[in-house]
Amino acid sequence: MTTEDIYAKLVPIVKTYLPEDVNESAITPTSDLTRELNINSAHLVDVVLDVEDAFDVEFDNADMESLRTLNDAVAIIQKKIA
Amino acid sequence: MTNKEIIALLPYSEPFLFVDSLESVTKDGAKGDYTFKTDSFFYEGHFKDNPVTPGVILSECMAQIGLVCLGIYLSAPITSEIKIAFTTMHADYYLPVFPGERVTVISEKMYFRFGKLKCKVRMTNNKGEVVAIGEMSGMMKTL
Repeated sequence: MTTEDIYAKLVPIVKTYLPEDVNESAITPTSDLTRELNINSAHLVDVVLDVEDAFDVEFDNADMESLRTLNDAVAIIQKKIA
Repeated sequence: MTNKEIIALLPYSEPFLFVDSLESVTKDGAKGDYTFKTDSFFYEGHFKDNPVTPGVILSECMAQIGLVCLGIYLSAPITSEIKIAFTTMHADYYLPVFPGERVTVISEKMYFRFGKLKCKVRMTNNKGEVVAIGEMSGMMKTL
């Protein structure tokens, strides 16, 4: 799976948890999920749980701590499905 | 961890503690009860001359027993304190709860991952009738 493929699959997951006042267009590979997209800590967990289902991977605490942007998520997923 | 130890770790006090006792707490869920005191502060205004337990207070009681007590159990060992935040809640209410009524809350864990606990929670009255059913979640952080 290419970086682009992973990213394309990630965007709709992140979109589900965007607050009502944040537009989908704000999602970029480098946008900070909590600080810029304003996803709260509880929904960040939901994003990870959905990612685990979508890519059949499992995140550990270290993955969670290193997760800030969509690029981070792509890197974590790539490492796990490699 | 004993049920009494769990209650002692709850970060609430009067007039906002809505847990009397816990019957059981396991890795899968919690069960406990609370009797609404007839002189509770909110009955003075909810409603005028017609005291009924507010839905938000029923939700709080469901969250304290169903979510927070279970979260404390699942987060053990807790060395100093636990920080919590209520994050999501959806509930349907079926019956009113009047001053002095005893309710039982039963929760069923859906998942506990990365500090987020999500549960199905149900409240019943003394007759065993369903008062409310919902799903709620919160974040737990032990310090």
